[in-house]
Amino acid sequence: MANQTSVAEIVSEPYKYGFVTDIETEKIAKGLSEEVIHLISAKKQEPKFLLDFRLKSYRQWLKMKEPNWAELKYPPIDYQDIIYYAAPKQNEKKSSLSEVDPKLLETFDKLGIPISEQKRLSNVAVDAVFDSVSIATTYKEKLAEHGVAFCSISEAIVEYPELIEKYLGSVVPFSDNFFAALNSAVFSDGSFVYIPKGVDCPMELSSYFRINSGDIGQFERTLIIAEEGSSVSYLEGCTAPMFDTNTLHAAVVELIALNDSSIKYSTVQNWYSGNEKGIGGIYNFVTKRGHCRGKRSKISWSQVETGSAITWKYPSCILQGDQSIGEFYSVALTNNKQKADTGTKMIHIGENTRSTIVSKGISAGQSSNSYRGLVQIGPKASGAKNYSQCDSMLIGDQAEANTYPYIRSQQPESSIEHEASTCRISEDQLFYLQSRGIGFEEAVSMMVSGFCRDVFNQLPMEFAAEADKLLALKLEGSVG
Amino acid sequence: MIRENSELLIEITDLHASVEDQPILNGVNLKIKAGEIHAIMGRNGSGKSTLSKVIAGHPAYKVTSGSISFQGINLLELEPEDRARQGIFLGFQYPIEIPGVSNLEFLRVATNSRRKQLSHEELDTFEFEDVVREKLKIVQMDEAFLNRSVNEGFSGGEKKRNEILQMALLEPMVSILDETDSGLDIDALQIVAAGVNKLAKAETATLLITHYQRLLNEITPDFVHVMAAGKILKTGNKDLALELETSGYEWVDQEIKNEAGNS
Repeated sequence: MANQTSVAEIVSEPYKYGFVTDIETEKIAKGLSEEVIHLISAKKQEPKFLLDFRLKSYRQWLKMKEPNWAELKYPPIDYQDIIYYAAPKQNEKKSSLSEVDPKLLETFDKLGIPISEQKRLSNVAVDAVFDSVSIATTYKEKLAEHGVAFCSISEAIVEYPELIEKYLGSVVPFSDNFFAALNSAVFSDGSFVYIPKGVDCPMELSSYFRINSGDIGQFERTLIIAEEGSSVSYLEGCTAPMFDTNTLHAAVVELIALNDSSIKYSTVQNWYSGNEKGIGGIYNFVTKRGHCRGKRSKISWSQVETGSAITWKYPSCILQGDQSIGEFYSVALTNNKQKADTGTKMIHIGENTRSTIVSKGISAGQSSNSYRGLVQIGPKASGAKNYSQCDSMLIGDQAEANTYPYIRSQQPESSIEHEASTCRISEDQLFYLQSRGIGFEEAVSMMVSGFCRDVFNQLPMEFAAEADKLLALKLEGSVG
Repeated sequence: MIRENSELLIEITDLHASVEDQPILNGVNLKIKAGEIHAIMGRNGSGKSTLSKVIAGHPAYKVTSGSISFQGINLLELEPEDRARQGIFLGFQYPIEIPGVSNLEFLRVATNSRRKQLSHEELDTFEFEDVVREKLKIVQMDEAFLNRSVNEGFSGGEKKRNEILQMALLEPMVSILDETDSGLDIDALQIVAAGVNKLAKAETATLLITHYQRLLNEITPDFVHVMAAGKILKTGNKDLALELETSGYEWVDQEIKNEAGNS
């Protein structure tokens, strides 16, 4: 009688995006030096200010140490053993999608991100990034009618150099941290979004990042600027093939929100996480930060983190404008030997600024899942308010969950609330659902998705169901 | 109602079960036929609740010997969800709270799993809402309950009514109600009892597990069994319950002693 399968056993599902696209790739030699940076910059035909920015970053990086304060243990990374630029070979600049290598379109089709004219998602514009370069951006013309710029950052550097020069590195300075400095030196591509004054972006914007080559590092750079009174919702997705070596991914995302504007940034991260023994998988070191520069501006981060061998990521908000609002909604699921150290920083500078943090960590297998968050209230932030809720769910008896909340307040007229809980899916809860005819696997997945509901409710509608499915897949296994 | 030729639904034969190697059931024998209402009474620790959980398939209880057959099927070979799909229903003494899972969605998934078994069309969200609205009347529950998380923050009475609502939706063949009367005030008790009476059919059966006569004033049993030390010690009609109400369980202790002396 009873269950032949334990909860721990069912939380493993083969990775569905592990295929490699067989395409000729142009790669530069391994290793990092000033010459390599010159080479990358030349390949992208960049203006001088950008080359200088890269070199400055590189020199800074050389002086910096890899951070080791996170709950993450991994073998040392050899930065000279990484290829810093790889691009699928194709003829010069594409004027239309029909000229893009069908193999690339097929790849994105297979990933469920159709970009060809006939199949593309209605109401979602997609920028597809393959290894180091952007392949295609859909709905560009339609967006341009509204004055919205949505393109790869390489294009933006050529087409909007003044915006790039003004904003790039203004939220995450090149000297911010080891990985941000590295990214600033070698970033290859990523997305650029500019929403002009008073415009509500008419579609969801989305970038899809695909690592295809095994020995390259992916260093994407995203910059989103929301002018006064504008709004935008942006989603990024990521997958990678299965390799038995670890691949480095170090991205930087900067968001700038001016007066009365709002940016919603959602992530569904499903990089390859390595096998059940922890071999292979992506090392994901990401610096994401939003600057609520304007009054009454709002930046909202939502993330569903399910992949990567290592996740090091703290999407943050600098709440400078009075009455600005920062939000962070996170679901992080770790399984097998995955390690995630993720959370947020809410830096309250302006008066009456508000922030909300909702973090849900699910640890299964022998994984470790830590929430690390800082709430800082500066001396001028009178009336600032923060609410934080950090919940952990343990599946099986070998997983680990940690919570590290840091709170610093220099303002007596402020309020900070922190709630935390840890739970385990109990045998009694499972039995209750089963005794109503609900299968074991479905019962687990129902409870996990119930646990994450507060966060899923924050995702753009098109992707909430997707995220739910993704978790269910991760939890699906060999029952029956 | 006892009828001569009605179908035998459940047959429990010499059932022994233990939890954490501690024997709790020590040879239970019980037959339940279609149309009948049975009540099992007994003190705390007599094994009544264990019996109900073993029938439903709780993984913490290990059957060490004996059998349970349900309409000729060996129930012990089935996972709990398959028992439920076949038509076994356990109304919990302490219904479990499941935060974040919407009651409506839970009820729909549960109902559809039973319907699928019966080869009935599964219900989509809209169709299900119509069905559940009808069933809510049986337990006089407000629709607002549907939008809350399963049992979360429900009062004792609300939880029990939610159990009967599930019973109404799942249309089980055998309903086992484990101390459904506990923690209920008289109004809630009457609502719950009226629901059970309304749902009782000629082709289904009910097994009530209770401490007290007061539930049996509302739902008249055809058989009353007295359980002690993991066995059914005595079986009678509804008058046996009344007898227990007036004279208590001391005589049970006496019988156990006598039995121990004889063996």
